[in-house]
Amino acid sequence: MSEPQTLTVDVNGFPCRIWRKGSGPKLGFLAGFGGLPRWVPFLDRLAEKRTVIVPSLPGFPGATGHTMLDNHLDWLVAVHQLLRQADLAGADLVGSSVGGAFAADMAAVFPGLVKRLVLMAPFGLFDERDPATDPWAQRGDNVAGLMCAEPENWKKLVEMPAGANSIEWPIEMTRASEAAARALWPLGNTQLVKRLKLIEVPTLILWGDQDRIMPQGYAKILSREIRAESRVQTIAGAGHLAWLDQPQKTAEAIEAFLA
Amino acid sequence: MKLMWFHLMPYTELPDDFNKKHPSVWVDIHSSLFDPKRAHHMYNDFMDELEFAAECGFDAVCVNEHHSNGYGLMPSPNLIASSLARRTTDTALCVMGNSLALYNPPTRVAEEFAMIDCISGGRLIAGFPVGSPMDTCYAYGQNPSLLRERYYEAHDLVKRAWTEKDTFAFSGRFNQQRYVNIWPRPIQNDPHPPIWIPGGGSIETWRWCAEMDYVYCYLSYYGYKAGLSTMQGFWREMEKLGKDRNPYRAGFLQFVGVAESREQALELYTEPAEYFYGRCLHVDARFATPPGYTTEATQRAGIQGMVAQAANAASAGGDKKKYRAREMKEIVDDGYVIIGSPDEVIEQVRHVATSLNVGHLMLLLQYGNMSKDLTKYNTRLFAEKVMPHVKDLFSEWEDRWWPRPMAQGQRAAVPAFQPRLAAE
Repeated sequence: MSEPQTLTVDVNGFPCRIWRKGSGPKLGFLAGFGGLPRWVPFLDRLAEKRTVIVPSLPGFPGATGHTMLDNHLDWLVAVHQLLRQADLAGADLVGSSVGGAFAADMAAVFPGLVKRLVLMAPFGLFDERDPATDPWAQRGDNVAGLMCAEPENWKKLVEMPAGANSIEWPIEMTRASEAAARALWPLGNTQLVKRLKLIEVPTLILWGDQDRIMPQGYAKILSREIRAESRVQTIAGAGHLAWLDQPQKTAEAIEAFLA
Repeated sequence: MKLMWFHLMPYTELPDDFNKKHPSVWVDIHSSLFDPKRAHHMYNDFMDELEFAAECGFDAVCVNEHHSNGYGLMPSPNLIASSLARRTTDTALCVMGNSLALYNPPTRVAEEFAMIDCISGGRLIAGFPVGSPMDTCYAYGQNPSLLRERYYEAHDLVKRAWTEKDTFAFSGRFNQQRYVNIWPRPIQNDPHPPIWIPGGGSIETWRWCAEMDYVYCYLSYYGYKAGLSTMQGFWREMEKLGKDRNPYRAGFLQFVGVAESREQALELYTEPAEYFYGRCLHVDARFATPPGYTTEATQRAGIQGMVAQAANAASAGGDKKKYRAREMKEIVDDGYVIIGSPDEVIEQVRHVATSLNVGHLMLLLQYGNMSKDLTKYNTRLFAEKVMPHVKDLFSEWEDRWWPRPMAQGQRAAVPAFQPRLAAE
């Protein structure tokens, strides 16, 4: 696994990290809860056939500026700026979890910005009869088992690398959780359901069969409400962050959809 | 020094097996544990106790705000304070306080505090806490990442609402009001009622209190020994900022149980203290640290909130023993509760006040499931046997942060409550 190229762009006067790797048609990825503290095999796998571009959302690892964003409109404008500066306008876009909520809104609110859309267990919806798990009211040792089918996969993602600053690293991890909270507290509900009918691009909806955060039933709501053609696919042996548990299977599903 | 009588209003009948059967006293405590008809008696006992404390000569009675909480039955301390405004005469009313970011619009706080100040003839102390994570972020669903920004903005709005003479427009990040013009206005208008800030140990809060000239209150449940380093940090910061060591810049909370002897005190106060430190502080750690509630500067300084410490220590299991004493011997040894004969309590209270340099001592003389009789006994004994021997402390300093009520002769005479006469 080799490291990607790292660029930094400016959003509202704050730096946001952009990772870029591979060649071929561009494919954007907006990561999930916790963001991407490190490059992962899933992205390498996608970079075999595509130019993978991974912008870090404000407040997530590699980026700051979430403290400027007070409401959903602020967030949408910031993510839009970020995608354009990452050279992702008109590209295919994959969004997982927190990133999924924004990817869906980008497609809904900015026609032409997203070519084809992949949503992996996105935030943005909430059903009182089938509530999503509260990711911010958990004991520390519970989080790994909620994010991944195999808790070790989450632990490896957030583990402090050798040589990292032992005070700043946990603060960065908390900041990622704060940024997600800032955008989505308390229910994760951005009223996305009202805008799904504006999505006019082909959409693949992916769900880990062991997702313990987002109810599987939300996939049906997404599929029903999105105007364009959409299809739901389940990834076996995967939790909320399916691409951490099953990088190969998840990448294959995306490639098949985009082929 | 000022001796202030503080009530948390704990539900006094949580079952013996509460900790085993229920995950938390706060946020998702089960409704089946709450008996409204029993709560009727609890509220009335608690209000009797507050009124009794005022009669006994305490400088202030204090109430505070909690939500979905089995040890704090005051979602609205203002309701209690307004009743106290009618049933007390000279005692300061310390509402400690209203969590500003929970009020929409925050001018509601400016209005209700102004009402209490008017009804009481200018006896209000206005406390503005950010509020605990459990109250604000979980019970009230406020965004932890926006909470402090909302708090500071609400503070600015309330202060302007109290002090500006003309109707004004307020265009904030979170609050927009075209016509801000509160009626009533506070009696204490030079410039406004005293503002006190209950807070944890964050340097930002200390600096802000110094800049605004507010009283900083460290309302810890863990007593003077655990509070010493925080208060030393506060005074070091004041020195750095060029502020004097006027002890009235600070407030501190301390549990006390006074009796004829230490043995008798142990006998009387063990059950209520163990009820409080066992059942009332049984908080699920998952509600202790919403991301963004603690600022990054405070995270860097390694400071945790006191409830977070207790909750995390409890779930971590034994390694942070200091913050989890639940049995009376440790509770007393660690200084959470001061107990003893009047002479022993005098000595300890003087030590607390001088070692922490705190001029506003907030006393919890009711805690846990303490009965009204025992609470009144504790209160009376403290007032008669302890208070006269500690009041002299800090007489060389001026308390610039105390209410300035209307002169006694100008205030309304509140008729005594006489239900039998009314029925005739």
